[in-house]
Amino acid sequence: MTLRLDRRGFVAGVAALSAALWTRWDARAASAMGFDEARLLLSRTTFGATPAEIGALETQDYASAVDRLLGNVRPQAATPAPAWITLGPAEVRRQQQTAEAARKPGVDGKPLQITRPVQEQGRELRNWWVEEMLATDQPLVERMVMFWHNHFTSSMLKVRYAPALFRQNALFRREALGNYATLLKAVARDPAMLIYLDGMRSVARQPNENFARELLELFTLGEGRYSEADIKAAARAFTGWSIDRETGQFVERAGQHDDGEKTFLGQTGRFGGDEIIAILLKHPRTAETIVEKMWREFVSLRPDPAEVGRLAASFRQSGYQIRPLVRALLMSQAFRDSANRGGLIKSPVELIIGTVHVLGLPVPEKTQLVRMLYGLGQVPFDPPNVKGWPGGESWITTYTLLLRQQFLRRIVEATAVASMEGGMAMRPGPNRRADRRQQVPGDDSKMQMMEPRPVEGRSLRNAGGEARLGATLSGADSATLLRTLLPRPPIDPIDAAASPGAVVAAAMLDPTYQLK
Amino acid sequence: MGRILLLVELKGGNDGLNTLVPYADPKYRELRPVVGVARERVLPLDEKVGLHDKLEPLMESWKARDFAILQGVGYPYPNRSHFRSIEIWDTASSANQTLSEGWIAQAFQGTSLAKGAAVDCIVADTNALPATGPSLRTIVMQDAENFLRQAETMKETGGRGDGGNPALRHVLAVRQEINAAAAGLRDRLRAAPTPTYAYSQDNGLGRQLDLATRLLTAKVPVVAIKVALGGFDTHANQMQTHERLLGVLATGLATLRKNLIASGLWNDVLVMTYSEFGRRARQNASGGTDHGTAAPQFVLGGGVKGGLHGAYPSLADLQDGDLRHSVDFRSVFATVAQGCWGLQRDFGLRQPQRLGFLA
Repeated sequence: MTLRLDRRGFVAGVAALSAALWTRWDARAASAMGFDEARLLLSRTTFGATPAEIGALETQDYASAVDRLLGNVRPQAATPAPAWITLGPAEVRRQQQTAEAARKPGVDGKPLQITRPVQEQGRELRNWWVEEMLATDQPLVERMVMFWHNHFTSSMLKVRYAPALFRQNALFRREALGNYATLLKAVARDPAMLIYLDGMRSVARQPNENFARELLELFTLGEGRYSEADIKAAARAFTGWSIDRETGQFVERAGQHDDGEKTFLGQTGRFGGDEIIAILLKHPRTAETIVEKMWREFVSLRPDPAEVGRLAASFRQSGYQIRPLVRALLMSQAFRDSANRGGLIKSPVELIIGTVHVLGLPVPEKTQLVRMLYGLGQVPFDPPNVKGWPGGESWITTYTLLLRQQFLRRIVEATAVASMEGGMAMRPGPNRRADRRQQVPGDDSKMQMMEPRPVEGRSLRNAGGEARLGATLSGADSATLLRTLLPRPPIDPIDAAASPGAVVAAAMLDPTYQLK
Repeated sequence: MGRILLLVELKGGNDGLNTLVPYADPKYRELRPVVGVARERVLPLDEKVGLHDKLEPLMESWKARDFAILQGVGYPYPNRSHFRSIEIWDTASSANQTLSEGWIAQAFQGTSLAKGAAVDCIVADTNALPATGPSLRTIVMQDAENFLRQAETMKETGGRGDGGNPALRHVLAVRQEINAAAAGLRDRLRAAPTPTYAYSQDNGLGRQLDLATRLLTAKVPVVAIKVALGGFDTHANQMQTHERLLGVLATGLATLRKNLIASGLWNDVLVMTYSEFGRRARQNASGGTDHGTAAPQFVLGGGVKGGLHGAYPSLADLQDGDLRHSVDFRSVFATVAQGCWGLQRDFGLRQPQRLGFLA
């Protein structure tokens, strides 16, 4: 029997295979949340869920599942840190200069390839985080770390000192579900931020406004809620906050601080940085800015202003406790509304990490995944600018949609090419040296790797026709696979009578697979 | 009316001082004892400046007066980060402003392009920022055949609804755009003749210019095409790398010119190079140059008024070791928007300079 499952025929078709599918949340049993709501919850708080993970949740009561999700979390990463995280900036610079000096032309006249510490550390840092995202048992923490990374952006391209970015990531981890006031104060003293937004160069004689501007525009009030004079006053207040060139740690240089009187948002005093932050935390807009952003992260593309106002008021009253705010969002009617399923677009990280997780692919070499993330426009530790990744609809353009589909085909193909133990061979044997070379920013070869290239020896048209299912998906029937992989019925008809591997491949290429 | 802009990005920061060499200025030798271009390797354009001899293939265009060089192009408070500075150029922003929409898209804001065409801009490299924005349908396509094949694997949307889900609506709209572009391009591109004069296939620029030529001769009705050449970030051992790149650039553009003249399209196209910044006036200790500021732009086309435009930045009046710009790049963009598309745009400048490089 061939069942063509399209949008209209879907319910009838699926009903023949299995009962009670795509149930509406309000029709669920009193305490067990059911498959689809478990899937929604996991899709918004993890990197995608396997049938087993959904199965473990679906019989639970929704509220207690949310509480468990937000319960005790480890504040450190499980993946061992790279070896260089204690190096000071002066030492990294010396190593870099030594490496640059060794770059002499080879016999063919072209400069010899060398390993430059700054670039190599950047590569290891990105791979380290990707590894943690793949290996973690608390994906919500990773999602929150990414959220804060996208809020308090710092980029390796500017910072060029990986130990500071590693430590900034550790800070985001500590406060992932902690306290926004604590986080904001720590970020203002964070060495990576002091480099990224030029705070370390900001001295009484010549205040640099970069950090002050973004503090008001992006981290707290939002555009149009302050004047240029407020930025100048705030910039003066933070002068003297710098980093030690030998250790890379925060230092306060009293001699470079402007301790004169400042007028900031209508208040006058001899303010320092902490007083400026305190004034901003009293302003109702700060909580609204965070709640709006978190709404777009967890709930939907269009924040509901009334709800945002209500949640922001309690966020501020709680002293900026993040965990209760996330809980309130996940418990909200808007989040649980069945119409909301598939209402957000997966980020490249969610798409790639989630696909690898759900397919259960082993990934011994992370550089390949990072390369995909380059192409799709979300490289960890390299946000495009201080505003971060705009996300939402901007993730999908004519270019990235084709690339997303091509990468998905390649991943499906990797399941068939690589034995499940052998790892993910997306291209035959690139060695580590070649990988390194392709990671050098600003180099033409970086551009090359983003170019869509067909998998050697295979036509793209035939690639990705059928996935070989590993332990995470094998044993599930076609209907369960579809409901696991897609947040809503597929747009293009999927032949439910086809093999499970073909159903998985087809589902991954359906437009609804881009949604969460 | 209307010309197609062919934008050529030189990635990494092209060294303007060794592209258009101020050969008569003793300061040049003083600043660049090792990295300077030798006098006998300069093709003089006037008594002060000349082109690097690897740019010789462009001399035919220079003599035909359809090659303009805009000197000293830059912007105030120059940013020396690759990433940030190319973003400033691509979005026509000022140094302290972050915009997300590209300058070509900004130029077409509020206009209605003929919707019969399936695509408005084609980017043959990977940086689509100049053409990114809601007013333009931009396709990134390094290889036409590959794009068409990929698009073929993408199913037609066939009227299925998005169920009121805005995220799904967006994904379906983008898929529709890809399908429409592929449908509009497929027959034209596959029927497009092979360029009369072949491009070198051993570099990315040659392949991209080949695609651009096919798009132009196939009369695909776009407003702009973008290509790029990378590798200009010459911090160490600059000389060999830079002259190789200049050779690739000049050969590619000269071949393009011959092809477009042969197909009678040279008057309908405006070629413009740009780069995120020039390089530091003084050489560094590794036989290279570090990130700098102002640099020349090349503009070519049948409608171009050839010659030197703008003032060469003075080597005697550097600012923190860098050249001071004499022309704001947004004035160049304003001139192009007017000359190519008949659009009056100021790109945030209070008073864009009128530049006379278009006849």
